[in-house]
Amino acid sequence: MSEAPLLELHSVRQSFPKPDGNQLLVLDDINVELAPGQIVGLLGRSGSGKSTLLRLIAGLARPTAGSITYLGKPIVSPAPGIAMVFQSFALFPWLTVLENVQLGLEALGLPEAEIRQRALAAIDLIGLDGYESAYPRELSGGMRQRVGFARALVVHPNILLMDEPFSALDVLTAETLRTDFLDLWSEGRLPIKGVILVTHNIEEAVLMCDRILVFSTNPAQIVSEIKVDLPQPRNRLDPSFRDLVERIYVAMTDRSAAAARATPLTERFPKIGIDTVLTRVSANLLSGLIEAVAGPPYDGKADLPVIAGSLHMEVDDLFPVAETLQMLRLAEIEKGDICLTDVGREFAGAALDDRKKLFQHQLLTYVPLAAHIRRVLQDRANHIAPRSRFLDELEDYMTTDAAEQTLRAVVAWARFAEAFAYDDESQTFSLENPR
Amino acid sequence: MRPAPPISVQQWTRALSRWDVLAVLLVLGILIFFAEASRNLLQPMAELRMTPLSLEPTHLPAYAARTTLRMLLALGLSLVFTFTYATLAAKSKRAEVLLVPLLDILQSVPILGFVSVTVVFFMSLAPGRVLGAEFAAIFAIFTSQAWNMAFSFYQSLRTVPTELVEVSRTFRLSGWMQFWRLEVPFAMPQLIWNMMMSMSGSWFFVVASEAINVGDTTIMLPGMGSYIALAIEQRSLTAVGWAIGTMLVVILIYDQLLFRPLVAWADRFRFEQEIGVAPPKSWVLSTLRRSGVVATLARPLSVAWQRSFQRAPLGAGNKLAQARSQERPSWSDRGWTTLVVTMAALALWQVGRFVLAGVSLTEVSKAVLLGLATLTRVIVLIALASLIWVPIGVWVGTRPRAARIFQPIAQFLAAFPANLLFPVVVSAIVVLKLNPDIWLSPLMILGTQWYILFNVIAGATAIPSELRDCGTNLGVCGWLWWRKIALPAVFPYYVTGAITASGGSWNASIVAEVASWGDERLQAYGLGAYIARATEAGDFHRIVLGIAVMSLFVVVINRTFWRPLYRYAERKFRLG
Repeated sequence: MSEAPLLELHSVRQSFPKPDGNQLLVLDDINVELAPGQIVGLLGRSGSGKSTLLRLIAGLARPTAGSITYLGKPIVSPAPGIAMVFQSFALFPWLTVLENVQLGLEALGLPEAEIRQRALAAIDLIGLDGYESAYPRELSGGMRQRVGFARALVVHPNILLMDEPFSALDVLTAETLRTDFLDLWSEGRLPIKGVILVTHNIEEAVLMCDRILVFSTNPAQIVSEIKVDLPQPRNRLDPSFRDLVERIYVAMTDRSAAAARATPLTERFPKIGIDTVLTRVSANLLSGLIEAVAGPPYDGKADLPVIAGSLHMEVDDLFPVAETLQMLRLAEIEKGDICLTDVGREFAGAALDDRKKLFQHQLLTYVPLAAHIRRVLQDRANHIAPRSRFLDELEDYMTTDAAEQTLRAVVAWARFAEAFAYDDESQTFSLENPR
Repeated sequence: MRPAPPISVQQWTRALSRWDVLAVLLVLGILIFFAEASRNLLQPMAELRMTPLSLEPTHLPAYAARTTLRMLLALGLSLVFTFTYATLAAKSKRAEVLLVPLLDILQSVPILGFVSVTVVFFMSLAPGRVLGAEFAAIFAIFTSQAWNMAFSFYQSLRTVPTELVEVSRTFRLSGWMQFWRLEVPFAMPQLIWNMMMSMSGSWFFVVASEAINVGDTTIMLPGMGSYIALAIEQRSLTAVGWAIGTMLVVILIYDQLLFRPLVAWADRFRFEQEIGVAPPKSWVLSTLRRSGVVATLARPLSVAWQRSFQRAPLGAGNKLAQARSQERPSWSDRGWTTLVVTMAALALWQVGRFVLAGVSLTEVSKAVLLGLATLTRVIVLIALASLIWVPIGVWVGTRPRAARIFQPIAQFLAAFPANLLFPVVVSAIVVLKLNPDIWLSPLMILGTQWYILFNVIAGATAIPSELRDCGTNLGVCGWLWWRKIALPAVFPYYVTGAITASGGSWNASIVAEVASWGDERLQAYGLGAYIARATEAGDFHRIVLGIAVMSLFVVVINRTFWRPLYRYAERKFRLG
């Protein structure tokens, strides 16, 4: 395809000011090009800044550095010709289906007859015939998202931005909607020239996209670009499809190995400091994944896409659990595989009390923040410290939200490990565990 | 694709239905009401003196109409104020730092204070005519309605869901269109609820606003307030009885004709899209909706409305600043902050000078002591009302059948102007020779205690049946049941109700701590009585002092007690 690109992103950076005056880098050196006739997928974990990037493209915010051009012109405000479909549908609950679809046309100031005719055409195209006078609250999730699509398509945009459009739907509905969209797209019945799809679902990306850009987190960078040449309609069970999925899993897990290589310490595990933002993963999930990997048929080593499929988990659910296990040295992740360490195997075979002891040991050894809190509590005469003491400390390194989230994660693990106690009422940490 | 004809064409072809007849009657009735009630506005003042008020019950419908019209006009003004003031506060960061605290203070300033300060100005607008006095009365009512409406609207504007704002921006809706399509609808349910509160709150001050003192003369505007004032002056319990009866009817009518349709209509603007809760219904709204005539008449309006969206300039999606501009405040921001602080300091100095020019420092400490007396009253009354209404509310709320009957009654009682009952109580105090310091106090909470009751009922109704079943299953009963299940579950609701009740009681103290029955005057020791006396005497220094002290009390108590308590309740006891 030699046509001029619809959209070009050139070394885009986005950062937000932190409380301590430094900048928090969210997006770093992003380069994307969207050619006519393409669906480009932005694939990454939630919180990796993909949605931020999509909002930059939509003209809802400006990047800190770099350029975004649409048809050769820089985007400084919402551009005509770029429409968006939202994860939460974002329908106006007080407008009917028809009124919701007409909204964008009314804003354009078109004559009433044209508005109505175009809206009805879009409704017809997207399969909403008969629902014109319904209110969103009367519709199922799938129907609501169809309204979202109709509303975006009715203004005949050149580019359609999709922000996880299917992830709020159940599996079956999502599949139907995806198929319908792809059918219309490949038949050329959609009035759009290019699509950017944000997703965390690897199979969805492989099903729909011509190119997939894999994002890393903190800050988001494009770690790899994968071309999908399979003909539409694609079959999930096709070996080449499975191959691609496997490749992407490897690309997404490889990143930590790459990061580890970059650090001077030649360690297989990514380095964790007190300044690391932690994700709260429940102890039940951690135990659950260890047991699943330890049990047959995996016997201590599992292919991530395979075990994700058997546990009905998506990347967003699975990766934080796997990475927490890795952080606690209960498992290793490499090349799209998860492999239990010796401690991990011991954990799998232990009874609850022994599990707690193991967990406590790993937590205090490998999570510096947990060790730090424990040390402070031991040093104090009354073994009590206010939450704010640690929150303030964390806020030197991260945003308030991230600091709170990190503390919550540590509290949850410390409770399971019985490493120290936390009382939410008085907002204090203590060493005493009520028995 | 099915062609969709304009709705009006389709409906016009059928014969007039009974809905049409009903709707036309309704509309005509409302028009006649407005014409009748506003007929006398332009007459000269002299004529008003020639036709003095009369206690004849036959005049009551006309008086009620006049008063209601004033309140509706004030409500309209409050809406205009809300849409401008609150929007400015929500949209401009600079305006926000000034407007929001100002609103917070205005909310806690006793309403009566506004009347005495502004009367002269309004009278001068239409010299010699009733209209001037009407302006003053309407403004007084406006001040009792506007603040909480503006606050609710401001808070709604701040919480418009981000993704809907993003939709509006990607479609480049103009500011005008975004306001009417997104922001106003989103704020509507809260706003209507606050309008209802405002309406019942303002009844409280109708007496004060219709009997206007200018110098030595008192102008009695024809209306319910003046009627009650006259009834008290002439010690006529029968007239008070008539007034109470009329009020019941008036409240019932505007509830049915105005608020119930509004609530039913605003139901579609609720953002939570849950199904299962029965939507509020209104026969008036159904009538208007089903009537073809109304649809035809309303059609040009809606078309014009639509046109205004199309005419409004396309939202240029005002150019975005680069993200880094948020880092630190610019020089102009700092300049603005300095300006605001300077102005505030100047105003403080001005008030201090004005007050201290007329009164000594001992007077200030006296006012503070009086404030403490009123504070004690408010605390004791809220505690008493809680002791009585919380158990009753829980009892009612856990029995669906009882709740269905009592909940509307409690809401109605909250809307009923309790000061209409004052004459009855006061005459009893006079006859029985009771101590006014104690027995006048209950009047303060007479009208506001119902907020505690109906909030607790709502809270008890909302206890999940699984929780209650679990309690029964484990054999939790008696005091344990109250301590572990009922009280924690209704606590957040109770706090909401108690905040409203306490705020209302402060305001009511001005009316309740001084009461008269004929020439008999009862006074309680308190800040409310102080302000009322100063108002009567036209002593501006003391009015300002009293109001300042009362505002201070209310603000401090809200900040140090109610708000922390509310946050605590939110955090600890909110279910789900």
